[in-house]
Amino acid sequence: MTTRRQFLRDSGAFTATLASGATLIAFAEAQAEDGNKSRKVRWGMLIDVANCPEGCSTCVSACSNENGWGDTGNPLTDAQWIRKVAVTDPQSKLRRSLPVMCQHCAEPPCVDVCPTGASFKRADGIVLVDKHICIGCRYCMMACPYKARSFIHEPLQNQKPHAPRGKGTVESCTLCVHRVDGGRLPACVEACAAAGHNAMLFGDLNDPETEISKRVAQHPVRKIRADLGIDPGVSYENL
Amino acid sequence: MAKRFFILLVLAVAVSLWPPSGPQATDLLLAKITVPKPAKGKGERCVDDTDFMRRNHMSLLDHQRDKTVHRGDRTKRYSLKGCIDCHAVNGKDGVPVIADNPKHFCRTCHDYAAVRIDCFQCHASRPAPGGTAKASAGKSNTAALQSYLRGLEQ
Amino acid sequence: MKRTVYRELDLSPGFLLVLGLLGLIAAAGLGAAWYMEHYGHIVTGMNNQVVWGLPHVFAIFLIVAASGALNVASLASVFNRTMYKPMARLSGLLAISLLAGGLAVLVLDLGRPDRLIVAMTHFNFKSIFAWNIFLYTGFFVIVAAYLFTQMGRGFGRFIRPAGWVAFVWRLALTTGTGSIFGWLVAREAYDAAIMAPLFIAMSLSFGLAVFILFTGRSCALSGREFGQDLLLRLGRLLGLFIAAVLYFTAVQHLTALYAAEHHDIESFILFGDSIYTTLFWTGQVLIGGVVPLILVTLPTHGVSRVAIKLACALVIVGGFVQVYVIVIGGQVYPLALFPGMEVRSSFQDGVIAGYQPSLPEFLLGIGGVALALAIAAIGMKSLRFLPESLADEAVDPQRVPRTGAVT
Repeated sequence: MTTRRQFLRDSGAFTATLASGATLIAFAEAQAEDGNKSRKVRWGMLIDVANCPEGCSTCVSACSNENGWGDTGNPLTDAQWIRKVAVTDPQSKLRRSLPVMCQHCAEPPCVDVCPTGASFKRADGIVLVDKHICIGCRYCMMACPYKARSFIHEPLQNQKPHAPRGKGTVESCTLCVHRVDGGRLPACVEACAAAGHNAMLFGDLNDPETEISKRVAQHPVRKIRADLGIDPGVSYENL
Repeated sequence: MAKRFFILLVLAVAVSLWPPSGPQATDLLLAKITVPKPAKGKGERCVDDTDFMRRNHMSLLDHQRDKTVHRGDRTKRYSLKGCIDCHAVNGKDGVPVIADNPKHFCRTCHDYAAVRIDCFQCHASRPAPGGTAKASAGKSNTAALQSYLRGLEQ
Repeated sequence: MKRTVYRELDLSPGFLLVLGLLGLIAAAGLGAAWYMEHYGHIVTGMNNQVVWGLPHVFAIFLIVAASGALNVASLASVFNRTMYKPMARLSGLLAISLLAGGLAVLVLDLGRPDRLIVAMTHFNFKSIFAWNIFLYTGFFVIVAAYLFTQMGRGFGRFIRPAGWVAFVWRLALTTGTGSIFGWLVAREAYDAAIMAPLFIAMSLSFGLAVFILFTGRSCALSGREFGQDLLLRLGRLLGLFIAAVLYFTAVQHLTALYAAEHHDIESFILFGDSIYTTLFWTGQVLIGGVVPLILVTLPTHGVSRVAIKLACALVIVGGFVQVYVIVIGGQVYPLALFPGMEVRSSFQDGVIAGYQPSLPEFLLGIGGVALALAIAAIGMKSLRFLPESLADEAVDPQRVPRTGAVT
């Protein structure tokens, strides 16, 4: 039988390999610091509405495929992590189409109201639900200004191994955290680029040298419900 | 009333302190019980000693789950996904069974020990179809995406 | 002054029948909860827009009424109204029972009721919900201690301090319940500090109405007297509380109407053509406010017990409707993602959501009501909560008998 000491030694060795095995540059820096995701990084997204054609829902289906949610024929209770919203100015009839998902706020109301702390914000700004301690009270859904969260109304089977989801808990866009942790792009961003639209840009908002930071600094961008002061991590350009 | 209760209490303590009925009796008892024989996993050995894993897998998984969800630690060693990938049991159709099936690795022991787990209400109880092949296909893209991101950050 | 004699309820066939009936309804509620837990919330009318349904309406009504049921005890211990003293124990018992019933509904409507232990071990202290967990459990402990000072021998000097603590706590509790809505910045129908005092006024009114009817029924079923004057006084007090609810409701909507950004939601609730407009004016304002107010204030000559009891029943019905309009009406109205713009999506953005309460939801809610009443009944059977008489001479020996007061 393994002794406690032996076990500690084993896991220690393992942590060392983890640090050197980290893929993204930002992560490598972060993990050298405290073995945790860096507080310096804040993942965010910039969506160029001018490049987002109406009727295109590539990002939506990419997310659905990646994370295993989708249409089960109950439009009122089916989960929607990301959706295309059509916005029309009632006077000028000017129309825009844009994707709306969890905005990964800096001051997320869902995190404030969650009684158990299941709704939380990672150090790198990604807002998640820890489904292990979610009791399904749905107060976060009451608090979210974006209607970004869904409640799972039915028992599920054959979930994706990287995207656990189950009856009685609340879920929302994870910014494809399983991909981001592995140094990959969120599925929606990847699909949008693959379709040739390049309307979604993903990156670190805290680093002034990233393209997303430069674009945000140079172009006027809008954030949905910016008036609430919750500082969403998703910005919209040409809206 | 109180006296009777006291006598009962003394009796209860005496019975509980009585020496166990000897090794023969225990063997006899064990022989009657079908001890579960969970299917062997893939590879040479488990991520840790089998004895250790049998006693501690739950705390390892519990610890790992918090590290993964909150800190993004996606190391394979003590991850549930790792367990599932290695310990998948194929059904008659050659496809790994899900936790509904009593043959499922976790269930062989948990049914015996009458410990109900709710992991699989949310987690996949078998490897992704296509399994590791798909995952590695994803990995091969990583280099390209990394350079894309690196480009963005420079 | 004459000593009040308290006596347990007899184990009469009538009592057993009532208790059996309540047990059956509570069991049906439990069955409904199991059904919802097994198949998921898909079997309810709730959806991703209306996330809190009928069970929450029942639960909030019961919790709000619970703190109000303590009114009579507070009047006796805190405000020294001696004539209410004989009912103080019953007031505490009913408060605990209603809260237990309400919480049972709330907990059984969770997505993961099996994880109640998580709610008791993981706390996010920025959440008003987490505070409420302490406010609710604390209420049980404090009211139980308060009851103990009243019913235990030799603890009389602690009644007043315990009464004070309970009084302050029940105000905090209702403030907490109201703030669950008041602190929601995202939803236009909520996000207002007035929710807290509004909920306090509601609790005073609903709780007293439930208390009067419950005490009246208990006395009638156990062959006890319930004084005419006492009922009249309680009725007048109820009138004050009804007026307070109407006042805060008026301020709530007038404030919202003044700000242009709230015009849409206000015209939806107040002047729309949906069920919520009807419920608001007919149910909440007319049946739950104006009519009972007239019933308890008008008849100074030839007071009718029926009028006051009817007023209580109307307050309960109207109060339930009011909670329904707040909880459901506030949720069906879409979120303003882009204020001033027209918004459409596959996720019901920009449209008024539908909500059709289902049978399991109703059974769960009514089961909580039955559970609350059953706890109170078992309490009255087991311990000395109910005085042998609540006749006017018994509660207030110095009173000047009224003339002309007939049933």
